[in-house]
Amino acid sequence: MADTTTNTAQEPRGPKPKKTFSRANIFLYGMLIMVSVYYLLPLYVMIVTSLKGMPEIRMGNVFGPPMEITFEPWVKAWSEACTGINCDGLSRGFGNSVRILVPSVLMSIVIASVNGYALSNWKFKGSETFFTILIIGAFIPYQTMLYPIVIMLREIGLMGSIGGLVLVHTVFGMPILTLLFRNYFASVPEELFKAARVDGAGFWQIYFQIMIPMALPIFVVAIILQVTGIWNDFLFGVIYTKPATYPMTVQLNNIVNSVQGVKEYNVNMAATLLTGLVPLVIYFASGKLFVRGIAAGAVKG
Amino acid sequence: MTVASDSSHRRAKPPNRLFKNWMAKIASLPMILTALFVFVGGTAWTITYSFTGSRMLPKIKWVGFDQYERLWETDRWIISIKNLAVYGGCSLILTLVLGFTLAACLDRKIRFESAFRTIFLYPFALSFVVTGLVWQWILNPDFGLQSVVRGWGWESFTFNPLNDPETVMFGLLIAGLWQGTGLIMCIMLAGLRGIDEDIWKAARVDGIGTVKTYVMVIIPMMRPVFITALVLIASGIIKLYDLVVAQTGGGPGLSSEVPAKYVIEYMFRAQNLGQGFAASTMMLCSVVIILIPWAYLEFGGRKRG
Repeated sequence: MADTTTNTAQEPRGPKPKKTFSRANIFLYGMLIMVSVYYLLPLYVMIVTSLKGMPEIRMGNVFGPPMEITFEPWVKAWSEACTGINCDGLSRGFGNSVRILVPSVLMSIVIASVNGYALSNWKFKGSETFFTILIIGAFIPYQTMLYPIVIMLREIGLMGSIGGLVLVHTVFGMPILTLLFRNYFASVPEELFKAARVDGAGFWQIYFQIMIPMALPIFVVAIILQVTGIWNDFLFGVIYTKPATYPMTVQLNNIVNSVQGVKEYNVNMAATLLTGLVPLVIYFASGKLFVRGIAAGAVKG
Repeated sequence: MTVASDSSHRRAKPPNRLFKNWMAKIASLPMILTALFVFVGGTAWTITYSFTGSRMLPKIKWVGFDQYERLWETDRWIISIKNLAVYGGCSLILTLVLGFTLAACLDRKIRFESAFRTIFLYPFALSFVVTGLVWQWILNPDFGLQSVVRGWGWESFTFNPLNDPETVMFGLLIAGLWQGTGLIMCIMLAGLRGIDEDIWKAARVDGIGTVKTYVMVIIPMMRPVFITALVLIASGIIKLYDLVVAQTGGGPGLSSEVPAKYVIEYMFRAQNLGQGFAASTMMLCSVVIILIPWAYLEFGGRKRG
């Protein structure tokens, strides 16, 4: 088509093309901007709706900016919205989510980093087999393992508790995190490891004094991956907890999709936005590292 | 234990194998336990019990393939499968096409590339519950998109997919694409960046147009990336659950039910464990059908993963 004009032959891979307004470029930018609108619309609608009062919402136009900004829906979503008989808002779910998140992230990362380290530097017979099972396990639909885990958690008395959910998150975070750490440690020059061995360092000494300091970026990637993943989980939350320990996503769904009472769309959107806030902040703050995390998570093997 | 079994006839290594490297073995214990008990054990357990007549509690009372026969005679399951096929087919094609197109656009050395990338990817950071609820609100017939367009003067405009059994899956698709394309775009972009600049020069010398170069040269070169994307999208589609629960709750009626939801309803609400197990085993089968050709393509030729 016509857009070969943008890279005419004598242009030596310069940083920016000179003709910014060629026909092809207008088409290109036009399309990208249109798609951007589709992507940004829901975020905009969430923000705008959550700042309107109910009378204004009933007048229509979800896309219009609020005529009168009110933060009441936010307050209500946080501390008064009802799920069933409890009317203490999303704050309870937020608290539960934090109490689930922190130990799950710590535990899964500690276990996976040690696993990955053992798998790349201390291979033993059968280690690759277990690793393969672990990776295949990441593809098994969770539905096949849900019930056996219910039984296991019941046996150890953790069913319905936050501890049980932490355990579940640790187990299901293991495949991808182990892969992440294994691949990273495998890229560390072997001479370094051998030199440490010659100097008489053992398993843990090498791990703590050589590997961890070198792997800090990958720890950050793992944390980003786990925080967003666990925060956004719905399935495990709904199965393995009870109303008092529901994580935020489950509680949000119950608040918005509850059948009784008048629908307060502004409160619902405030609640939705509140739930999405944690991963959004992490996403916008972490930038490139987030992309690296999902790339590591996506391109397996 | 498995470690010590048959290692005596390998190359010359120090004796006493079980204790060699014992710290690494202890450190790998969580992984070994997870692999054996949760992944292998759990899956085997579910498959085994799918051949029993378990209802409220799992019981060994063999019924052969009864659960599967009943499953395929249940309307709700058939509807779920059909829905997933519609959603899955559209989602697969559209995600690949959109993801690649967006990546190709971003790869044309444009300005604000990282801003566009940030915009396309942010939905991926959100929970499916959040995605479902936002789109439920935007597609609300009384206050959402439909009412806004009607307010502009187009009185007969109708866009109400979530309340129409015929189109509800497309309502879900709009939300699913919104959340999922960014990831595929990112993978495609990484693939495009890995392509040698000289290919473009050669194409230009030969006078091949840009679009033609993409279709004829670049896409065939990116086959591994496409396969990875395909596996990712497919395994995501089979897991589809949260989005449906949040956006439509399976309604109107049963018209947006999906297999993952069927499993959970039968296991945890309808107290019919056997049906749940059989349905989840069917889900497992579908994953296996997707994964085997992929694993064959990916690891079949070259050993060592």
